Formats: sequence, structure tokens, C-alpha cells
Amino acid sequence: MKIYDGRKIIPGILIAAVIFSFPFWLNFGKAAVPPKPKLPKEVKNCVEPTTFMRTSHMQLLNEWRDIVVRENFRLFAAPDGKEHLMSLQNGCLKCHESKADFCDQCHNYLDVKPYCWDCHLAPKENK
Amino acid sequence: MSAQKSILYPLVAVLVLILIPVIGVKLGLSYFFAVVVPYAAFVIFFGGILCKIVNWARSPVPFRITTTCGQGKSFDWVKHNKFDNPFTNKQVFVRMVLEVLCFRSLFRNLKMELRDGPKLTYGSAKWLWLGALAFHWSFLIILLRHMRFFAQPVPGFVDMLQSVDGFFELGVPQLFLTDAVIVAALTYLFLRRVVVPQLRYISLPSDYFPLFLLFGLILSGIGMRYFFKVDIIKVKELAMSLVILKPTVPEGIGALFYVHLFMLCVLFAYFPFSKLTHMAGVFLSPTRNLANNSRYKRHVNPWDYPVKVHTYEEYEEEFREKMKEVGLPVEKE
Repeated sequence: MKIYDGRKIIPGILIAAVIFSFPFWLNFGKAAVPPKPKLPKEVKNCVEPTTFMRTSHMQLLNEWRDIVVRENFRLFAAPDGKEHLMSLQNGCLKCHESKADFCDQCHNYLDVKPYCWDCHLAPKENK
Repeated sequence: MSAQKSILYPLVAVLVLILIPVIGVKLGLSYFFAVVVPYAAFVIFFGGILCKIVNWARSPVPFRITTTCGQGKSFDWVKHNKFDNPFTNKQVFVRMVLEVLCFRSLFRNLKMELRDGPKLTYGSAKWLWLGALAFHWSFLIILLRHMRFFAQPVPGFVDMLQSVDGFFELGVPQLFLTDAVIVAALTYLFLRRVVVPQLRYISLPSDYFPLFLLFGLILSGIGMRYFFKVDIIKVKELAMSLVILKPTVPEGIGALFYVHLFMLCVLFAYFPFSKLTHMAGVFLSPTRNLANNSRYKRHVNPWDYPVKVHTYEEYEEEFREKMKEVGLPVEKE
């Protein structure tokens, strides 16, 4: 079998193969460590069911922000009948005390950079 | 095939392809769709592209068949258009880079019209170029952004792409500009085939199928990001387990993810056997990647073999006496 221009084509194929298999060799032999967000001990239920919070908390927080900032209304009626304060620092962070142990766990894992902390003060972490 | 059928058949095919993972996951075949299908698609993609390239590389291209789109190299006082009519390999390289990254051949697209007179007129038609450029670059950026699911820690360039792409910080999760651009570009690329009569006439199912497949892929992805959420922590767990070759399938990712993944796998597996191989083929197109130097360099046909010839001298040598007898003139006595 004769390959014409092999001196150009074969390196080309190799370069393409390296680029396309990038995720394979980048992680080769590494074990993927899933994130472990630290859950609060005393409280078991969040404002919405866990599955909803996992996928849609950002949209909920976004709605909260709009309601609080634009309508100055701070009470959230949860589906389970309880009322919660719509507030990041005085609501969410009451239970989820640590940004590093809770928020950042998944956000760093998936390279999500929410702009919450552009305005809000991040909780002081005990180091 | 009529235009209606050319559109309808691939549309039905893609709809069926969307239903397959939905039903499959309901039947508990998530391992098959999350592990077996992606690996198979990956192997088919690589094997298929490799076969294609080897097949192309085995075909000799003995002569220079460059498309010359500008003044070729001539006398020193004739201005040479280096990148539209390359003469050296370096110029070819620049031409290829411009072709691959900027689609210059589409930039040269013309529209031909008969005006009253009748006069044949040509006008520039840049929309295809713009649509193709918008689509391909968005697709590349989206593909690179997905590397956040395949690496831990996430490489810096992904971070940079995400912040540039989400520059306007519209909504939560931030709207990525490429998501909007690719839908617009793909819609244009589809509509031009439907609206322009000449294009509708030459469009085949194999033109529409990749378009619908890409629509399915992109819309399912956009749907997952902005509207019908899936658990992306689990998605990354699956992706990471696939790339370290120890596949585990987390429970309850959500059916839409499987649709997205299956669309991608079909696209990958379909790639080498369709017009989409232009991804590899563009590098091997002889009308682009050859230097136009036929007048300066001798290019020998590789399948030339030594032809047995019988020259006139030999002929005369053989028949001289007989020629003399009948009075034919001979060169040597």
C-alpha cells in the first residue's frame, strides 16, 4: 500500500488524534473525585426539594433577588408551608455556613463562577 | 427525490433518533446509552475518519490542479497574488490556514443574475460565508466549553471562553452568546436551502439530515442549560468516568441528557460517512493544498512506467533495404 505525502499526512493525523483524545490523556490514570458539599446538620429540608435545589437553585436565587430588590418583599412561602427569609446572607448562609465547603464544592467542580459575590460579602472562612 | 421528501425523510429520521434514547432509558437501558453508544461512536468516528484519510492518501495527485484565484507567479514586474495563487509551500500553508479558519472560498461566493437586456451580472453574496463562519466557530467554542465536563481541574482556557461567551451576563445561568449565534446560523443554513429555489432543487436528504441532527443536538443542550434542568454534577461524574475508562452510570440524570448524548453519538458515528468529513477533507483538497508551480518544476506521474518505443531510426535500420528497393527515401544510406 502506497501512501502519498505520508510525511505530511501522518503527522497531521497524529496531531489531530492528540487534540481529539485530549480528555483521555489529560485524565489518564486519575480518579475523578466527585464534589462533597457539606450539608447542615440540624436542618434536613431546604426551601424546596433537594432535586429541585440541585438543578435550579440559581434560578430561584435570581427570582429572589428580583423580588427583594425591586419589590422589597422578603418572605418566601415554601411548598411545605414554612416561610423563609429571602436573603443570601441571612437566609441561605444561616444553614449553609461555609461558602468553601458548600457552594464552591460543586461550582469549582463544574467551573461555574456565579456573580453572587460581586456584591454580597462572602462569609469569612475559618482557616 | 422531491424537495418535500428530501426534508421530510431526514426530519422523521431525527425524530425517531430522539425517541430511541427516551424509550431506551425508560426501559432501563441507561448503561447502553451512556457507555456503550458513546464509546462505539467514538471508535467509529476515529476509525472512519482514519479510513477516509488513508483512502485519500492512497490516491496519487500527480499534477497540480490548484484553483488559481489570482495572478500567478510570473515576471518580477507582474504583481503575484501570493495567497490566491501560491507558488511555494509556505504560501500554500498561509492559504490553507486562511481557508480553514476564515473560509475564504465561501467569501468569494457570487450571485449570478440575468438583468433586463438580457445582461448577465454577478454580485457578491456573503451570507453563506457569514452563516458558515458563525456556525463553525460557535460550534468549536461550544465544543471547547464542554471540556469543563471532561477535566478536573477545569483547564484555564475553558474558564476564559466561558467568561467571554457569557460576557453580557444575561439571565441565570448566563446566556452564552454562541448558543444564540449557533441557533441563528443553523436556522439560516436551513432556510437558505428551503427558500432559494435553486438550492431547494439540489438539496438532498443527506444535506438536511445533519442540519436536523445538529438542531436536535443544540436545542437539547440549550434546553438542559436554561429550561429543563438535569443534574450536571452527575453528568460530569459520568463524563469523567468515561474518559478514565472506568464507566459508571449515576442514577437519575434526566432523559434530556440522554437525548443530547445520543444526538452527539449519532453525529460522531455519521461523520466519516457523510459530507461532514469535510472537516478532514479540507486539509487534503488538492485544489487548495498544492502550489501552482507546474511551469517551474517537473511533476512526474507516479503511475508512469517505461513505455517500449520503436523509434524511426530503429525502424529504418530494420527496413532500410526494403525501403530502398521500393524507392522510399531513407535518412541514412
